[in-house]
Amino acid sequence: MVERRPWLDALSHLVLILGVLIIALPVYITFVASTRSTSEIIHPPMPISIGSHMVENYQAALSGEREGPGSKAAVGHMMTVSLVMALAIAIGKIAISLLSAFAIVYFRFPGRMLFFWAVFITLMLPVEVRIGPTYQVVADLGLLNSYAGLTIPLIASATATFLFRQFFLTVPEELTEASRMDGASPMRFFIDVLLPLSSSSIAALFVIQFIYGWNQYLWPLLVTTDESMYPVVIGIKRMISGGEAQTDWAVIMATAMLAMLPPALVVMLMQRWFVKGLVDTEK
Amino acid sequence: MAAEKRVIFRSAWLPWLLLAPQGIVIAAFFFWPAAQALLQSLQQTDAFGTSTQWVGLENFRNLFNDPTYLASFSTTAIFSALVAGLGLVLSLTLAYFADRVVRGAGIYRTLLIWPYAVAPAVAGVLWMFMFAPSIGIASYALGQLGFEWNHLLNSRHAMTLIVMAAVWKQISYNFLFFLAGLQSIPKSLIEAAAIDGATPWRRFWTIQFPLLSPTTFFLLVINVVYAFFDTFAIVDASTRGGPGKDTAILVYKVYYDGFKAMDLGGSAAQSVVLMVIVIALTVLQFRYIEKKVNY
Repeated sequence: MVERRPWLDALSHLVLILGVLIIALPVYITFVASTRSTSEIIHPPMPISIGSHMVENYQAALSGEREGPGSKAAVGHMMTVSLVMALAIAIGKIAISLLSAFAIVYFRFPGRMLFFWAVFITLMLPVEVRIGPTYQVVADLGLLNSYAGLTIPLIASATATFLFRQFFLTVPEELTEASRMDGASPMRFFIDVLLPLSSSSIAALFVIQFIYGWNQYLWPLLVTTDESMYPVVIGIKRMISGGEAQTDWAVIMATAMLAMLPPALVVMLMQRWFVKGLVDTEK
Repeated sequence: MAAEKRVIFRSAWLPWLLLAPQGIVIAAFFFWPAAQALLQSLQQTDAFGTSTQWVGLENFRNLFNDPTYLASFSTTAIFSALVAGLGLVLSLTLAYFADRVVRGAGIYRTLLIWPYAVAPAVAGVLWMFMFAPSIGIASYALGQLGFEWNHLLNSRHAMTLIVMAAVWKQISYNFLFFLAGLQSIPKSLIEAAAIDGATPWRRFWTIQFPLLSPTTFFLLVINVVYAFFDTFAIVDASTRGGPGKDTAILVYKVYYDGFKAMDLGGSAAQSVVLMVIVIALTVLQFRYIEKKVNY
């Protein structure tokens, strides 16, 4: 603290508490709605205290047994799809980026820098700018409505490749020399020396990529037409159909809470890795 | 830092094997589709997909003579200016006060960063639910105050809605970077100014804000990219580009024209325009990062 200014300190806390409350408000309202019956919600004003229908709403959401229009896929199943998708994207990105960074840093071969720049350019081609043709490729390969189609087109990662390349360049040469003298093969060196050293970068990247994977929207919207392959984020959207009054809001709000829970937990519980991941990936 | 390793491994085939997975993915799902988009943007396919002919720059000419496309451009410009501007001001305010407080700083941080984890589509649904004209709790409260809220009919309301949802989602990211930036400013500078009698207000504008400018500029670019490309889900889940086409940002229009209206050539031409925008923004970002290294 630079100086004593009790008024300014009080103001700081006031602004921060206000900020926290405003940021939490939409989620609080959602939570309240998820504990009320749909008829309580559609006759405004909805009470802003927690209601008594929580258990049945969440059960209805998880099992998919409910009334009204819109998709009736079970949220329990959608959460599984989301989890598989998020894990596959996170692990896939990390794995292929580790391998490419290892090749680029520890080997000399023709076209090395060309490959490096090719990976770099993918930064400039987010899925939004090439959706039509990418969809075509995936459809031609017969990967629509499959986990492969959902995840593989998203696992190339320029940021992860750069991050690992930068990190490998800081690994002391002596370690490589020692391994080579002991007769370790390149892969042995990679697995026994580089991977353990990279563990904190891997953890940080995992948090970021898990959230990225879980929250994907545009791509799953295109490649999944079968209810059994909807990730939960798509599922919510598909449940909202028809007019405001017919929509089963209570169950949808329960689904929204369930969809937010895993990534929010990852951010709050792995906060240290999350912050490191954010800062590292934007360098 | 050395840019190259002295000690390396030798193998004629292993590096290629290591590169293969990433190489195949970027060739099949990045470069091939991008090349296809370029080709298709120069072609016209009839409605049944039976014949394709070269039309040169015709698609682009049509695009820039199309008032709805130009309207989408200005919608996107307004949207990203509002998202970036509001997002930066609000998160800098929060970060400034979080940097000041001594007690509870960690708790505030934890309670402010979690919206990053919320999917944009879910954020869109949450805000749409609060402001739904007939059932939403916020629109009800506004109605009590005598303000008629209806984002299904009023395009200003719709724009306000997607801006609020997009800013809400992005505040945590900006906050973390601003907080890190503020904490890296040497305390001695602030103390020296305080001893000279500068008020916190003056210290902020003459010391902290100028020293934060690299962070601010970086976040500005990131926020514009975010508003351009990562907000599709927010728009689709809350307003679906409506009312009319008044919140149809560029990315939404590419999707809509390509997948709903089935205009392949036009959609591909839009993709190419978007690619040019991303390339420009990326170059801007990297030029700035080089500057920061010298700074």
